[in-house]
Order: sequence, then structure tokens, then C-alpha cells
Amino acid sequence: MKRSEWLFLVALLAALALVPLLASNLVINFLVTALIVALAALGWNILGGLGGQISFGHAAFFGTGAYVTELLQLRLGANAWAAAVAGIAAGALVGLAIGAAVFRARLRGSYFALVTLAFAEVLRILANALDVTGGASGLLLPLQPGAAHFQFDQRSVFAWIGIACVGAVLLLTRHMMNSRFGAHLAAVRENEDAARALGVDILATKLRAITLSAAITAAAGVFYVQYFLYLDANIGYGTWISIEALLAAIIGGVGTMAGPLIGALALHGLGELTRGFAGSITGIDLVIFGLLLVAAIAFAPAGIVGAWKRYVGGRRNA
Amino acid sequence: MSGGDAMLEVSNISRSFGGVRALGGLSLSVAQGSITGLIGPNGAGKTTMFGVISGFVAPDTGSVTYRGADITREPAHLRARRGIARTFQIVQPFAGLSVGENIAVGSYLRHAKPSEARARAEAVARRVGLGAMLDQPASALTVSGRKRLELARALATEPDLLLLDEVLAGLNPSEIRDILPVIHDIRASGVTILMIEHVMQAVMALCDDIFVMAQGRMIAEGKPDAVCRDPQVIEAYLGHGAAARMQEAGNA
Ligand SMILES: Nc1ncnc2c1ncn2[C@@H]1O[C@H](COP(=O)(O)OP(=O)(O)O)[C@@H](O)[C@H]1O
Ligand SMILES: [Mg+2]
Repeated sequence: MKRSEWLFLVALLAALALVPLLASNLVINFLVTALIVALAALGWNILGGLGGQISFGHAAFFGTGAYVTELLQLRLGANAWAAAVAGIAAGALVGLAIGAAVFRARLRGSYFALVTLAFAEVLRILANALDVTGGASGLLLPLQPGAAHFQFDQRSVFAWIGIACVGAVLLLTRHMMNSRFGAHLAAVRENEDAARALGVDILATKLRAITLSAAITAAAGVFYVQYFLYLDANIGYGTWISIEALLAAIIGGVGTMAGPLIGALALHGLGELTRGFAGSITGIDLVIFGLLLVAAIAFAPAGIVGAWKRYVGGRRNA
Repeated sequence: MSGGDAMLEVSNISRSFGGVRALGGLSLSVAQGSITGLIGPNGAGKTTMFGVISGFVAPDTGSVTYRGADITREPAHLRARRGIARTFQIVQPFAGLSVGENIAVGSYLRHAKPSEARARAEAVARRVGLGAMLDQPASALTVSGRKRLELARALATEPDLLLLDEVLAGLNPSEIRDILPVIHDIRASGVTILMIEHVMQAVMALCDDIFVMAQGRMIAEGKPDAVCRDPQVIEAYLGHGAAARMQEAGNA
């Protein structure tokens, strides 16, 4: 990636870090939510954007991260940070398991998308039905402010942790894109036959990608539960997060570094605005998301980042 | 051609697609250090044969032995690691990547470090005449550029056996003249080559041995000049009775 793009990202993260110092709780709440979606979308982008395997079921990883973190604390009295690590590991494991099932069967394209959706839905129905997950009434994590419990009185601390997480994942993504694994992933996305002929192990590459992707999206789930302290099946394993992770990455710019973050901010900015103007209409934000996706695909197939690059490139050449 | 120096031994391979028998129980061998030609009319099964050797097509019967190891059922990527590289007749660029990135996917096979893999890719690009195009998107290359890219990617894996599927097809005479020395040079560096080629001038100039296929069968093998005079080969290319007519024309 180019230096200018990287500088832009650093500047954006720094600007976001200033927001909690200046803004109201409402704005910080918006920012944290957008950061959670950005994190989920950054995870999605590894598999969907860089690897070309479009998933409709990243809720499976988000929910697993969230549930494992919450259940370990509630049922076993585990420390919140240890539970967070376990939640991320569990999400990665679910990713590996789904990947092993789906990629071994050589499912690609829309088949892959639909099967991932099915896995997430099965988990949602299970979480909704089982006692251990609190069933339909969900789970409430007791309020226990303190750094040792991964809970904070001030929302701004959550915002900063979220920004740090997004920054860390961006660094990881950049490192990955510049590595052999990144080259293999791009090769698999572009042409599997050519990749195989050059010695690329397609299955191993996809499994690595889905495991890493799932771990990052699970981290978003962990973060969600520590911030909101409440979880039920429709939050953890609901299609909303599968859709938002995918939309943020696509609207922001598939396969680009900055895309998922910019997409998440844009998506949530717009979501808030529409709720402000037409809050009484249920599901209006979904209508807006749909329109946004259609517009993105029609007018800016390379997303906001791609459109911006084209605009800047056009001005430079003019 | 027989003897202990065969690097690649393909024996009794057959393969059908639905009702079409693409390969009908044929064998060939490639001597270490040689350039071996595989020729024959369109639809003879040459590309399918490459698929069998490189692990893209599973044969119904027969075996593929590489350096004494039976690799008949081995996946394609493991054969690449063993040192077998192939190009595709219908070019398969990574269209969304740059020329340099395309080639680096190949060089990563032997060099895990990104800086090394990129340096190797650059060297290979220069070797095949793509040195000036490293940052261009692969999709922007001309036909000749894409053929060179196929060659470069395969070379970047540092193969011992290189399978070239019509790398000269679609090139004009001057482009062919440019690339022949590259192929010569690859062999000189110790790489064994098996090439499918229609350009007879190139086959005659480059190949030590030639196998001729027609309709899924091996109809001739031998040195280039002998193969060219073989009546069966002439008939396969020019049609039934052609050999006799040429004979008459020669006698008249
Ligand atoms: N994947 C496939 N499915 C069906 N038929 C195939 C397939 N691959 C090759 N064939 C058939 O096998 C025959 C040999 O094709 P091919 O190996 O491409 O010949 P050549 O390279 O000598 O021109 C042709 O009749 C072709 O249509
Ligand atoms: Mg062919």
C-alpha cells in the first residue's frame, strides 16, 4: 500500500482518538459502535476482500466471541481479559471448523456465502433455545467497573481501546498483505488453477484466512459484550452483524486497507442520521443500507476508497 | 529414449471426458536435460496430457513417475514443490495483480522472505523481457506479454522440469525470434523442458526428441528430422493419403 494511504489512516485514527475528549456520550456511543463494526468488517475483509471468499455468516464468529467471553465470566467466574482471549480463540476455532467443512467440499461463490449464512443461523437458533446461553431472554453481565474486569466508567476508554484494536488489526493486515501468505491469498482470489500450478496449497491458504478472519470478528464480539454487557441470540448470532461487516467492507472498498473502517463510519453515520429523521419507521436503516449498497455497486464498485483514488488520480492527470 | 536417465516417465495413460476418449493409453518419457517436443493436431489430447503430468487432470489408468517417485495421485501444488512447473495454453494471469506480484507468487515457492521473493521475481521478469512492466497491471499486457508472464511465473518457481503449452502461439515471427533464445537459455541453465508447440520452425530448432500425438494416441516418436518424414505424422497433419501423394510428387 502507498505511503499516502497509510498516512491518511494514521491521521484518521488520531482524529478519532480526539473525539472522546470533545464530544458527548451520545457521540462516543456512536463511535464505539462504529469501531465494533469496523473491527468485524476488518475481519470479514481478510477472507472476503483479500481472499475473495464472500461470507454471509460472520455472525458465527462475532457471536462465538461474545458468548464465550460472557459465559466464561458468568458461569465459571473467569477473569474478563482471560475470557476475552478465550472468546477470540473460540471464534478462530469455529472459523477453522466451518472452513474445513466448506472449503474441503470446494464450495465457492454463492454456495460458500449461503452455507456460511446457514452455519450462523444454526448457531443463532441454538443460542436462542439452550438454557446455558440464557435462551430468548439473553444474558446480562454484572456491572463491575474496573480495568481488571475489562469494564470502564468512562466510555471514552472503550473508544480508545477500540481505536487501538482497529490500529493493531490494520498493522497486522498490512504485514499480511506484504507477506507470502498475502501473496498466496491474492493468488487464490484471482485464479485458483494458476495458484495451484505455482505450488500454492489452496485449502491451507483458505483455512488460514478464515481462521484469522474469524478471530478478528470474534474480537469485535468480545468488545461488544464488554461494552454493552448484554447479549442475546439475535445480537450475537443475528444477521445484522453479518450484513454490516460485509456492507462496511464493500461500501468502504473491498480488499483495501482503509475500506472497512471508512465503510463502518459511513454506514453508521448514515444509520444515525436516518434514525434521527425517520426514527419512527422500523427498519428504515436497513432500507438505507440496501440503497447504499446498490448505489455503491452501481457507481463505485471499488467502494469509497476506490472512488476517492480515482477522483484524486483524475485530478492529478488533469 | 529408454534407459535410466528418464526424468519423467508417463506410462499407459488414459482419460475420458464423458464419452470423449481424450487419452487412449499412451506413454512418453523425458530425458533429464533435454528439450522434448509434444506435437500433434488440435484436439489430439496434448493439453490433457500436461494436465495429467502436472496434477490437474486425474487419469483413468496409467502412472506418472517423476525422478523415480510415483506421483500419479499427488496434488498439483505438491508437484510444483517437487520442481514441476507448467504454463497454460489459455493464459491464466492473476488479472488484479501487477506483473511483479504475479511473478512473485511463483518465487515465493522457494523464498519465504518478501524482499527475496520480489528480487527474484524482478530478475525473472528481466530474463523474459518483462523488466520494464513490473508495476503494470497484468491485465494491461499484450498477448505476447501474457505469454511471457506465463513463462516468467513458471520459471520463478525454479523448476527442474518445465512444461510449456504453446507459449509461441499467437506471437508474430519477430516476437518468436525474441523468445527462442530465452527458451534456449532456460535449458542451458539446467532445466529440462517438455513443450507443446505448433510452430514447426521452433520445434525443429529447439527439440532433441519429439513425440507426436493424434486422437489420444502416440503415433510417432524420435528425432525431429525423422519424425517429420514419418508418413503417419504427415497423414495426421495433412489428412488421409497425403503421405502417398507427397511420395508421388517426390518421385515425379
Ligand atoms: N475438461 C474437459 N472436459 C471435456 N472434454 C475435454 C476436457 N478437456 C479436454 N477435453 C477434450 O479432450 C480432447 C483433447 O483436448 P486437448 O487436450 O485440449 O487437445 P490439444 O491440446 O491436443 O489440442 C478434445 O476433444 C477436448 O474437447
Ligand atoms: Mg492444447
